[in-house]
Amino acid sequence: MELPRIISSEQITDSIARLCIESCTVLPSPVATLLRDADAIEPFEPARDVLSLIRKNAAIAAEGRVPICQDTGMAVVFAEVGQDVRITGDTLENAVNAGVARGYTDGYLRKSIVRDPLRRENTGDNTPAVLHVRLVPGDRLTLTVSPKGFGSENMSRLAMLTPADGLAGVKHFVLETVRLAGANPCPPIMLGVGIGGTFEHVALLAKEALVDMREGAHPDPFYDALERELLADINALGIGPQGFGGLTTALSVRIKAAPTHIAGLPVAVNVGCHVTRHASETI
Amino acid sequence: MPISLVSPLTQNALAALRAGDSVLLSGVVYTARDAAHARLCQALAAGQSLPVDLRGQTVFYAGPTPTPPGKASGAIGPTTSVRMDPYTPPLLDYGVCAIIGKGERGQAVKDSFVANSAVYFAAVAGCAAYMASCIRNVEVVAYDDLGTESIKRLTVENLPLTVAIDVVGGDFYTQGRALYLQSQKQRSFSE
Repeated sequence: MELPRIISSEQITDSIARLCIESCTVLPSPVATLLRDADAIEPFEPARDVLSLIRKNAAIAAEGRVPICQDTGMAVVFAEVGQDVRITGDTLENAVNAGVARGYTDGYLRKSIVRDPLRRENTGDNTPAVLHVRLVPGDRLTLTVSPKGFGSENMSRLAMLTPADGLAGVKHFVLETVRLAGANPCPPIMLGVGIGGTFEHVALLAKEALVDMREGAHPDPFYDALERELLADINALGIGPQGFGGLTTALSVRIKAAPTHIAGLPVAVNVGCHVTRHASETI
Repeated sequence: MPISLVSPLTQNALAALRAGDSVLLSGVVYTARDAAHARLCQALAAGQSLPVDLRGQTVFYAGPTPTPPGKASGAIGPTTSVRMDPYTPPLLDYGVCAIIGKGERGQAVKDSFVANSAVYFAAVAGCAAYMASCIRNVEVVAYDDLGTESIKRLTVENLPLTVAIDVVGGDFYTQGRALYLQSQKQRSFSE
């Protein structure tokens, strides 16, 4: 019989603490590339001024290890746990939360979490994280920290469309979401669109699509075309960086689709700003 | 060229600003966001005095990150203003004369800016590392228990802002977009 690979909860805590600080201070390079490309084709001068300030800010943040945005977010953590891994010491959940508490405290990051949504007492250490666990083949553990700011999270929407609404219904819902959001989510925005699954699954699809840092086209040509079409339509709205007009309303649209029921067409749009943070480590 | 101004702002300085103007703001501003606004407006409604005299002052919708040792300020930037819409008319009526935030405001709030000859500035969001370099001093002056949401007195130098709503009701969120879309139309005609 093969023995499981042992990973201690301390290793997980150390990794999460590092990832919290790194993700809040260093803009992922695919986002930096999108910003550079947008800056190069933005025809409106005031919009270019904003894009150049945003790029300058990212450089200052990375160099001085200062948060890119003061909203260092709610820590969304994705854990891909190899089936041949055994975690010793504390539970995975406790290990992750201990890492978030340490990272947010040691990194001088903002504590933005309230214990109860209605009674609203700050927990003081930015815990708990929102933890998504997936079992995968192998003997490794991959941790991804994506701190989510709520200026953009608040502008996200979900709808249970019908099969008759079809592709046109999905496009309309995505554009309506961007139009309603206006300047609030700090454009230039990034969009994660989930299509299919069930009510709760489609929201997770949208989140996964948003933090998907793939460079290049969607593997499915149908969705690649839809991503490009939606991005062009959004950038024809004229909202622009910070909402003061311009071409660059969105930097990217990423779609994740999943099988769904014969009666349904769930769609979710998770809105992110350019500070769509993401840092990963594999243990 | 940006207009250099010092806060607290004078009525004359505020009246001269127009939507779209670029401003470099120096002087004193007070942070307050969701939780502090709830307390301030509760106090105003109960006829109590506020823990800080904000009459004639500038309020910045911001909750900075903690100040690391050896630095003047943590990362700082505007939060979404529309969440403060229910609290804004009472605070402007009370005497706050300028607000810094980001994003569009509702019609009742725009009307309140005009009625009170107050100005709404937008700061660029997502530039908190850069903006921290414009902060000279941070001091908690009220509601310390709220952590990042406490009211802080900031001393700022050349904070880059855009006039989003002016004293005559000009709104740069609509004007800026209209300017851009018009410029694109002209471009496609000339091509």
